[in-house]
Amino acid sequence: MRRRFWWCSGSLVAALILSVTLGPLTALLAQPETTSVQLWQDSYLLHVVWFSLKQATLSTLLSLCLAIPLARALFHRQFPGKTLLLHLFGLSQVLPVIIALFGLVAVHGAQGWLRQLASWAGLTLPDYLFGLSGILLAHVFFNMPLATRWLVQSLEQIPHNYWRQAAQLNMTEWSRFHLLEWPAMRRLLPGLASLIFMLCFTSFTIVMALGGGPQATTLEVAIYQALRFDFDLAAAGQLACWQLVLGTIVVACYGWLKPSSPHLTTTSGQYVRYQPHALLPDLFALLTGLALFLPPLLAIFWYGLQALLNQSWQQSLLLQTTRQSLSIAACAGLLALSFSIGLLLTGQHLSVRLHSPQWGRLLAGTGSLILLIPTSVLSTGLFILLQARVDLFAQGFWLVILLNALAALPYTLRALQEPMQDLLVRYDRLADSLGLCGMSRLRWLEWPLLCRPAGRALALGMIFSLGDLAAIAMFGSDNLQTLPWLLYQQLGHYQMAAASATALILLLLCITLLWLVEWLASRNEQRDPPSLLE
Amino acid sequence: MRHFGSWLLTAVLLTGSTLVQAAESKPVLTVYTYDSFASDWGPGPKVKQAFEAECQCELKWVALEDGVAILNRLKLEGAHTKADVALGMDEGMLADARNSQLFTAHHADLKSLSLPGGWHDETFLPFDYGYFAFVYDGNKLQHPPQSLKELVSRNDLKIIYEDPRTSTPGQGLLMWVKEVYGDQAPAAWEQLAKKTLTVTKGWSEAYGMFLKGQADLVLSYTTSPAYHRLAENKQQYHAAMFSEGHLRQVEVAAQLKNAQQPQLAQQFMQFLLTDRFQKLIPEGNWMYPVTNIPLPDGFNQHETPAKTLQIDPQKLGERKRWIKEWLQAVSH
Repeated sequence: MRRRFWWCSGSLVAALILSVTLGPLTALLAQPETTSVQLWQDSYLLHVVWFSLKQATLSTLLSLCLAIPLARALFHRQFPGKTLLLHLFGLSQVLPVIIALFGLVAVHGAQGWLRQLASWAGLTLPDYLFGLSGILLAHVFFNMPLATRWLVQSLEQIPHNYWRQAAQLNMTEWSRFHLLEWPAMRRLLPGLASLIFMLCFTSFTIVMALGGGPQATTLEVAIYQALRFDFDLAAAGQLACWQLVLGTIVVACYGWLKPSSPHLTTTSGQYVRYQPHALLPDLFALLTGLALFLPPLLAIFWYGLQALLNQSWQQSLLLQTTRQSLSIAACAGLLALSFSIGLLLTGQHLSVRLHSPQWGRLLAGTGSLILLIPTSVLSTGLFILLQARVDLFAQGFWLVILLNALAALPYTLRALQEPMQDLLVRYDRLADSLGLCGMSRLRWLEWPLLCRPAGRALALGMIFSLGDLAAIAMFGSDNLQTLPWLLYQQLGHYQMAAASATALILLLLCITLLWLVEWLASRNEQRDPPSLLE
Repeated sequence: MRHFGSWLLTAVLLTGSTLVQAAESKPVLTVYTYDSFASDWGPGPKVKQAFEAECQCELKWVALEDGVAILNRLKLEGAHTKADVALGMDEGMLADARNSQLFTAHHADLKSLSLPGGWHDETFLPFDYGYFAFVYDGNKLQHPPQSLKELVSRNDLKIIYEDPRTSTPGQGLLMWVKEVYGDQAPAAWEQLAKKTLTVTKGWSEAYGMFLKGQADLVLSYTTSPAYHRLAENKQQYHAAMFSEGHLRQVEVAAQLKNAQQPQLAQQFMQFLLTDRFQKLIPEGNWMYPVTNIPLPDGFNQHETPAKTLQIDPQKLGERKRWIKEWLQAVSH
């Protein structure tokens, strides 16, 4: 009886996702004057595409070149605070970009720490925070830690006896790198490079804040400008299509380049590390990494605490925005969670009970469709589709929630997939034979086993929507503020005291949620945080 | 279930109380403006106080980045807009604003206007005016440029200006450069791009960065130094006076065709030309009033342009083409 409706939840959610993603896309494609010729005739747009590709390539190269020696140093050396540092590196995957920008401005800006330090030493630094150099700096700040964590993991998977043999053979530093470390890291590099490239290619906030004008604009920003600055629907639609095409190519390369599985053997426990190699390069790599990564974070804490203690900020505005931000994040997280459960219920019924795993996978795949479509493309399409029919700024709250939920869906899906499958495979027959069904099945069987993974999925979904700027930039208004949007405006107006309070609150919220994610994951299953974006 | 019941009750009570509040409250006039006008240090709060004293209503400011942002936002919102009046667009946007067909006649008596050059528009009502200028800190920059051409050709300067797509001063510079350079404008933009620290979205952003010492010169108004002299007692800020003359900016307000409070909007439009409003302009918005109001001491003794450039309404339609020209010139 109760399984008559097994197809309901999944097909409902899939239909909703398909209509919310493909509808706006069709709207974009159907824009009049959308011809592919225009882009190649417009030298400014060509410049935008060229710049998007150039900065993404440079960012990827720089991040990887710094991450490789840093990963080696972190792997070979033991020092106090190493674990904490690796945890902090994990933060960079979920840290809202806008907070990091605040930290970067506080360290590298005109009144920043570095400039003060330089003037104290009698030097004057050139301006580098705006334009390409600023964009690269910010991208390296985000992606170097991500790459480092992955590479450290790959080094940890080199079997112990290889190291012993290397020591017995008295290998030189170079041959150990060449024969042992490089092969281990090389497996990850293509996938890692394409992931970083994609993240930088679709970078929105960093380019918008540090671009410093039309010289340094990416497609993602040009779409936003075409809509909000020029009110040029056709141009926005056309740019969004190009973004989609280029993004799809990158994603396709990513899938093609992605290594099969980096997990070879697990090397648990302590083993002797033979590390007679040079201390100097390691120290240099560590210090460079720390100098790039830590000061902006410290600046957020330092100025944030000062601002909170001095109360030099608008208490009511900050409180109200925090509340709004949290309610958007909670709603988006819950929505993403229920979408995932809906998809998985039907998908796993198909694959486990009806033995057609390919259909199950396909259904779950619709949830990851969003990875192909940048949020800005989606919101542009929704904007064009709805603007004649609905008061977009009054419905902004719901639209932002919907877009954030969709953006978080691939992550919540991944967090729930295995636990739900486990449950079905292990306990389905037992439960049936005991006659457990409906509410009692939920209460006695499913809830105890799924509450942790579900909580983890919810927290993950919340983190991702807490940091969103792409959707709120499109639909935000004076009635609809989130912490990242408020911070963006405060930074824009150079209200640094207020911005520091906002940045600290946002950072603390993200850290709390991230801690929750890791805590919920720790007892339930052994999964490493890098799998967040894997 | 008990809990659910109490939740429901609370929710009903809360909704009820907000409904009662809404019924008691005064009508609200919503005015879109730019943020430096509405902010605490701008004239916004005093204007609100003065108007509310006579209208039996509540005046609600909605602060957007700039004049251009106001018009773009209104276009995006279309018929769903909550705005009754838009205050802060400028002369350079008139063609665009007129084409949008979003606005209706102001019915104000223009006889009291003392705007140099005169004004005869039935839809867009001027409320203040000024002249664009690059502002510098005399303590840091000893030899300011004497002309726009010198600014463009000198290599020792770092400047900040506003994006012409999003801000009225940026658009002013676009027209100023076009006026001075004509067909040579793209080359001038390319030269200017080399000394540009950043192009910001709006005026407050640019001016804030300039005050933090990021650049030598910032695009603002001839009247900006008066603010530092009168409000902050700082003497070091000056406007660089250019021999080619300075472009006049007239800021205008207009009533929305789809206003929810058309009568209040009319009343507000009339209010803009009264002494009560105009006397808040010089030391509130740091611009010149459009009627005959005595200026505060020390306001216009310095830095009145010897030559005024005016926007040719015939050329306004070319704005889009000029922006494209600018985009292509500065992105190389």
